[in-house]
Amino acid sequence: MAMTIHVDIVSAEKALYSGSAEVVIAPGQRGELGIHPRHTPLLTTLKPGTVRMKLPDQAEEVMIYVSGGILEVQPHVVTILSDTAIRGNDLDEAKALEAKRAAEDAMKNREASLDYAKAQAELAEAIAQLATIEKLRRRI
Amino acid sequence: MAAGKEIRTQIKSVENTRKITKAMEMVAASKMRRAQERMKAARPYAEKIANVATHLAYAHTEYKHPFVIARENVRRVGLVIVTSDKGLCGGLNTNALRLVMTQLKQWNAAGVEVDVSAIGNKGLGFMQRLGANVVSQLTGIGDTPRLETLIGPVKIMLDAYMEGRIDALFIVYNRFVNTMKQEPTLTQLLPLAKLASEDEASLKTHWDYIYEPDAQPVVDAMLKRYIESLVYQAVAENIACEQSARMVAMKAASDNAKNVIGELKLIYNKTRQAAITKELSEIVAGAAAV
Repeated sequence: MAMTIHVDIVSAEKALYSGSAEVVIAPGQRGELGIHPRHTPLLTTLKPGTVRMKLPDQAEEVMIYVSGGILEVQPHVVTILSDTAIRGNDLDEAKALEAKRAAEDAMKNREASLDYAKAQAELAEAIAQLATIEKLRRRI
Repeated sequence: MAAGKEIRTQIKSVENTRKITKAMEMVAASKMRRAQERMKAARPYAEKIANVATHLAYAHTEYKHPFVIARENVRRVGLVIVTSDKGLCGGLNTNALRLVMTQLKQWNAAGVEVDVSAIGNKGLGFMQRLGANVVSQLTGIGDTPRLETLIGPVKIMLDAYMEGRIDALFIVYNRFVNTMKQEPTLTQLLPLAKLASEDEASLKTHWDYIYEPDAQPVVDAMLKRYIESLVYQAVAENIACEQSARMVAMKAASDNAKNVIGELKLIYNKTRQAAITKELSEIVAGAAAV
């Protein structure tokens, strides 16, 4: 039997997956990462995309969509902290501004740039989601 | 029978009140179950991210994040106050705000200024009446807290910390012990306290992560999410507390209404009987006179 690595995929609002896998393929910031057991410790941010896992005794790969997040690799454990929210620096900033505005009630003409950043991030997420669906569909 | 009629309307109104409190009790009971489930669902993430943060604390990084460096003299602190949006939940918010008051007094005595971020209506109103410096607010969270909505107020505090406007960050919320017991809690978010780890020995050895793309952005993103998850967890717990406190308070109110109705009914029947007796004795006396 091949070596396996324990995988935990969690989002802030619930646990998505927990179990062992032979290989984990995740969409890293700098391109796809394939993680085998006994990988050296690694910490990276993820882009929105699909996490694929090859499970032992199963021909099919398991696919889970994540909208970005953090990937931590320890030699025998892979932890994926998935984001629930669509994020981006501009968007976070927008949210901060919103909370501030509620307190200060003073903010003008920010809507335009805000909407643009939001649309852009949503588009990126929608594209990634579509790619996942496409991949799943091709298999059926 | 004027007194009788008055008592009857009073009974009616107490009965109506009881209906309302009973309904609120049942609504709170069902919401409480869901809020508790949600609170539990958030736990794996909190545990995992705490694990990663611990690993990071033991890793020999070339980059030390400001969040982990304790500052010598604290002149100004940030305080996130998590309360409920609505009332009628017993002493829940009062207890949390009392804790805030004692803490504020201590800070005041030490000459430390405070910036407040209010999550929830009750705390916000209180802080505004107090004339505290409220830098951000968030109300109308509802029953399902969304991490998305919490990012804003948290970011303001984190930015303030990064820019050195505040030297420490605290959060006040109600910790969920069980359905009957909620505990107002004050914890420090920043600077990050060293986390205890179960596999400490294995982590002591000299090692470091490979960072992709670089140490700094990854660690930044990671710690930011860690703080956010702590705040999210606090909000989720506070909602579970709110619902269970409301359920208990409404149950007490319903029971109380029941007692009041019993007493009023007794008085009503007594006056009714007294009136009948009086009438009878009048008739008998009248008949005797003839």
